[in-house]
Amino acid sequence: MIEVKNLYKSFGEEEVLRDISFNFKPGTVNVIIGGSGSGKTVLTKCIVGLFELTKGQVLYEGVDFHPLSFEEKKEIRKQIGFLFQGGALFDSLTVEENVMFPLNIFEQGTQKERKERVDFVLNRVNLTGSEKKYPAEISGGMQKRVAIARAIAMKPKYLFCDEPNSGLDPKTAIVIDNLIGEITAEYNMTTVVITHDMNSVLEIGENIMFIYQGELEWSGTRDDILKTTNKNLSDFVYASDFMKQIRSIANK
Amino acid sequence: MKLLEHVGRFTLLMFTTFKFPESWKALRKNVITEMHSLGIKSLGIIIIISGFMGAVITIQTATNLESGLIPAYTVGFAARQSVILEFSPTIIALILVGKVGSNISSEIGTMRVTDQIDALEIMGINSANYIILPKIIAAALINPFLITLSMAVSIGGGYAAGVLSGLVSGADYEYGAKLDFKMYFYFYAMVKTVVFAFVLTAVPAYYGYFTKGGSVNVGKSSTEAVVAGSVIILLLNYVLTQLLLI
Repeated sequence: MIEVKNLYKSFGEEEVLRDISFNFKPGTVNVIIGGSGSGKTVLTKCIVGLFELTKGQVLYEGVDFHPLSFEEKKEIRKQIGFLFQGGALFDSLTVEENVMFPLNIFEQGTQKERKERVDFVLNRVNLTGSEKKYPAEISGGMQKRVAIARAIAMKPKYLFCDEPNSGLDPKTAIVIDNLIGEITAEYNMTTVVITHDMNSVLEIGENIMFIYQGELEWSGTRDDILKTTNKNLSDFVYASDFMKQIRSIANK
Repeated sequence: MKLLEHVGRFTLLMFTTFKFPESWKALRKNVITEMHSLGIKSLGIIIIISGFMGAVITIQTATNLESGLIPAYTVGFAARQSVILEFSPTIIALILVGKVGSNISSEIGTMRVTDQIDALEIMGINSANYIILPKIIAAALINPFLITLSMAVSIGGGYAAGVLSGLVSGADYEYGAKLDFKMYFYFYAMVKTVVFAFVLTAVPAYYGYFTKGGSVNVGKSSTEAVVAGSVIILLLNYVLTQLLLI
């Protein structure tokens, strides 16, 4: 489990996150929602240690992450998989090399075992046959799947996905959503998805937190969203007429 | 104030860079790749520039030696001294900071803005060590060969230009080029080469590593890296000359 306690983050004079406390439950897809500029990505980068905290704590299985040394953090980071918005694939490496990269660096098992693991995860994300292609030679959806394969290659306990559906068509977006949901259950991972795509939230979101202007405005389940009375959350979720119709159907 | 900030950040980055790697195997592989990328791929431009540089130095020296009291072999001597002491180590370093330096800065800058550096950090990899160290080691290993080659091609180019233009005989040029040669001159040139190899990789890497924003800033970092790298090379050239030759 990941616990966030009274987290504050400022950049200079600007306070971006204020007093965020939340528990990310294992074996579930935890979703952080919020408008653009609300602080979702900053929060995630604080949780994984890419940004230092101004105040507060992030605990991985009870271990306070931020005060740890680089070497101590490394042990926790080996258990983190991160799917970046743009994939962040190494463009000079092939699909296979990208997925094998963390396994090679940390010399996990023999070369044969690493190859088997790569084949397994590529098969898991339906990318068998694309091993020798470079990221520039495959579509955006395939790049996302390669990034997922790389993120799960080390069998992580925690998976972070930053806007996994951005730039994808609705059909591919559902494929990615389902994949995230399935691997979360398979590996019993603590998965954190950052999104402002309500389709994703309703498709895979189990434990949801809504960030509004740098603060935790609301938290609850997928079903709770449909019944929420929180004005800011309603304004965010039901911004479109289509979503308003869904709410009225759900409330009937 | 900004200069101090740059010096401080650069020093901290170098402390992070010069650490034991996560995987020696990966470091070895990356050093070889970088030696090819930074060194072998620059061979063509180094040979062309060096050949013409030697030719021009020879012709200019020969046409400026009008006094009959100055022996003809002085042309070969002056060309050799100019090439070994200054032109090959410094001018080639300035050329390389433009070619290799801008490449390093834009490559690392692109990695930064496309989250590839963050991806390394999240995996628990020291990104500066993984990306920058192989480039510095590769340049420090390959540049002495490139500069030695440049010296040979320059002196050869000078010989060809001098003989073909009839300004100096082959025998005189050869005699002058060998006259009073001290190995210390070559040592001095190699010290400069290794120091400049560090500058032309580490400075652009620094600018690339701290790039923020998008493609416009990648280009801006690349330009700043070339300018800063060139100025630092010229400054260190003066300092090293003071320290090693006087």
